[in-house]
Parts: sequence; structure tokens; C-alpha cells
Amino acid sequence: MPWDRNQMAARAADELEDGWYVNLGIGIPTLVANYVGDKDITLQSENGMLGMGPFPFEGDEDPDLINAGKQTITELSRTAYFDSAQSFGMIRGGKIAMAILGAMEVAENGDLANWMIPGKLVKGMGGAMDLVAGVGRVVVVMDHTNKKGESKVLKACTLPLTGAGVVDRIITDLGVLDVTHKGLHIEELAPGVTREQMIAATEGTIV
Amino acid sequence: MKKVYDSASEALDGLLHDGMLVAAGGFGLCGIPELLLAAIRDAGTKDMTFASNNAGVDDFGIGILLQTRQVKKMISSYVGENAEFMRQYLSGELELEFNPQGTLAERMRAGGCGIPGFYTKTGVGTVIAEGKEHHDFDGETYILERGIVADLSIVKAWKADDTGNLVFRKTARNFNPPAAMCGKVCVAEVEEIVPRESLDGDMIHLPGIYVHRIIQGDHEKRIEQRTVRQREEA
Repeated sequence: MPWDRNQMAARAADELEDGWYVNLGIGIPTLVANYVGDKDITLQSENGMLGMGPFPFEGDEDPDLINAGKQTITELSRTAYFDSAQSFGMIRGGKIAMAILGAMEVAENGDLANWMIPGKLVKGMGGAMDLVAGVGRVVVVMDHTNKKGESKVLKACTLPLTGAGVVDRIITDLGVLDVTHKGLHIEELAPGVTREQMIAATEGTIV
Repeated sequence: MKKVYDSASEALDGLLHDGMLVAAGGFGLCGIPELLLAAIRDAGTKDMTFASNNAGVDDFGIGILLQTRQVKKMISSYVGENAEFMRQYLSGELELEFNPQGTLAERMRAGGCGIPGFYTKTGVGTVIAEGKEHHDFDGETYILERGIVADLSIVKAWKADDTGNLVFRKTARNFNPPAAMCGKVCVAEVEEIVPRESLDGDMIHLPGIYVHRIIQGDHEKRIEQRTVRQREEA
């Protein structure tokens, strides 16, 4: 059985080390926060906050307290606020240990595309380009194939890049792939997924 | 020198002209200078360029200036929440310069600090790097990004004293300090103007040297995405 969204998030949470400051993207990466367990992890929200708490109880929403997805959130006893220049200073400066984010495409050389489909949707890159260029380690969590069943792990990205050669590890419903100089290395397979199935679902070169 | 004005339109008097570059604070609809944006709409200033992380929604934030066709160009990192923006952009009426969010923030900060350009890794190998100077430092490639100096900055803070010292609240700080710093003139709208002695000098987020005019007003503070969790049963 391939992993479901929550199992992928739980697997991604295994990547986190005690004491780390981490940025989680929108979608499945947001679920990672539910699986950090006893580890001391501080979540950064790039709009200007370290120590992001859960959603507020109904009636407690504060328009001055949102995450980078513009959702209402809460603070913790450890929370610190700062402006956007300082926020991206700590990202660009390599102080954030890891970013876990979603993707439209990842290539075998670590290229990442997750911000733009030419001629279609033009929303913008937000902070994604800064994050992948700046943080210590970039982990992508996504479905292995798109809705048409085509691989999202490619030899080369077809969409405009968010970053070139930036991805370290890819966690999908089928398992975990590492980006190496030689190609993609299977680090782990989801229960019941065979190496052959992983290779068949992956356009990029598996070594 | 008097910095406190009675209304947004009075505070903007003499500062607006067609074709100007405005830096605006805010992230999404959080911490946006909503009163000053409304006053700019009423003033009818045309062909404006806005350096602002987002473009508001259709009927709030910078969105109200898109409805009136007052904006010629946006310099932003994310504009996904605004249907009118998409329509004008796809039809070619509106120019858009995408900046990575941290690059935009740093361009503002740098502009305000007298730094005309800086090198960053962000965007290397992407469309953002096209046409920009590349330079290698210590084996890594960087691109040159320019500081922004705006004709006018408009920002929103929580509290101010009459000298313009500003205090922000929670994540409503966001782009407001760098936006304020990069303007030749900065107008701030706040929820409360307080007596000087009530702000602790150690707790000022943005010193009044960056702030030239201040107004106090009532803010709608709209929530863009209301997300909640269930209370556990007692």
C-alpha cells in the first residue's frame, strides 16, 4: 500500500532533528507539524514569526496573526515576531535547517518547479525561491504522479524553475528518493511498493 | 515639526503624482495601510507602480485601486487572491514584475539603507535571474538585485507616538518596516496615537526617523482565510 497524505507527512516528520528551526510549505507539508512528537521543533512562518502555533479556537481568530498561507493561527510561549526583511535574512542566511514543501515537478538533478504554469496560472513564487536557495536542506513531499498518472519525478523539469539543483530528498506516496550526483537513489519504499514499481513510476534516472 | 494629521487625505496632500512609485506594507490583507489606500483611490492618482508583496483582493487592499485602473504596474511576490488582477494582467492592461518575497523585502530594506544593490542566491538558474549580473563568491553563484527607493511609502502600525516611533502587532509587522524605510516620504496609519512616555524606547520596532506623517483611524482588518480548530469537549 502506498502512503496516504498523513503517512507521507509522518515520514517527512522523521527528517526533523531536535532543536531545529523549520519552514513548512502549504498542503501536505503543513500536516508534518502533527507528527513531530517529542522533538523540540520551532516552526517559522516567513511572513514574520518563529514559534507558530495551531489554528485558533472559533472566536479567537486574530486578523493580526496569520501564517504564510494567510490562515489564522495562534502563538506559543516561545513565539517571536519580526519583519519580512529579517525573516528572509534568516532564511537566506541559512539559519533555517530545513524546508519541507510541495512540488509540481522535481528533476533527477534536484531542480524544483512549484510556482508557475506558463499561460495558465500566474500566482507568483511567494517565498519559495528564497526558501529553496537559503535553507540548509530541502525536502519535497508530493504525490509521485499527477492526476493523469504521469511521473512528477523527471529527467528534467518542463515548468519554470523555483530553484536549480536545490532538492535534497523527495518523499512521495511510493517512498523516499535522494538526489545524488549520479541520479536518484531509492532510500526507502512504502510498504508493498516494489523497486520495479518505483522505477516504472519515475521518469528520472534511478541509480 | 508636526507629524500627526487629521485624516488620510490630509496626510497625503502634496505627496501624490501620476506615475509615482509607492511602497506599501502588508502581507495578504494583514497589516495593510487600508485607510491610505482608500485615500489614494479618492485622490484619483493615475499610472502608479506599487511595490507590495500582494495585490489585495478584489474589493480590499490594493484591489480597490485596480478596480479604478489607477495601477500601471505591480512589483510583487504573490498575487493569487485577486481575480480582477488576473483579468487585467492577462489582457495586458497591467504590468507585473515578480520578485521573490525575500528579494522584495531586501530590495526595500537596502533602498532605505543607502545600498543600491546586493547579491543573492535566490532565483539563480530561474527566470528571475535572466538579464541580471551574475557573480561568483566563494564558489557559489549569486545575482545582483537593486535596492528600491520609492517616491512614497504607506504603512500600517499598531501604535505610534507623535514623533512617529512605531510599534507593530504580531504578524501585522511583515513588510511594513522595510516598506517604510525605502520611501523618500513615509506616511503611517495606526490604530492608536499614544503619549510619548507610554512607548518604551527599548520596544520601538521602527524609529520615527523613517516616519514623516501619521494618522490614527478605525481599521476593518479583514481576515483573508479564517481557519479554526474545534474546542475539545469539557
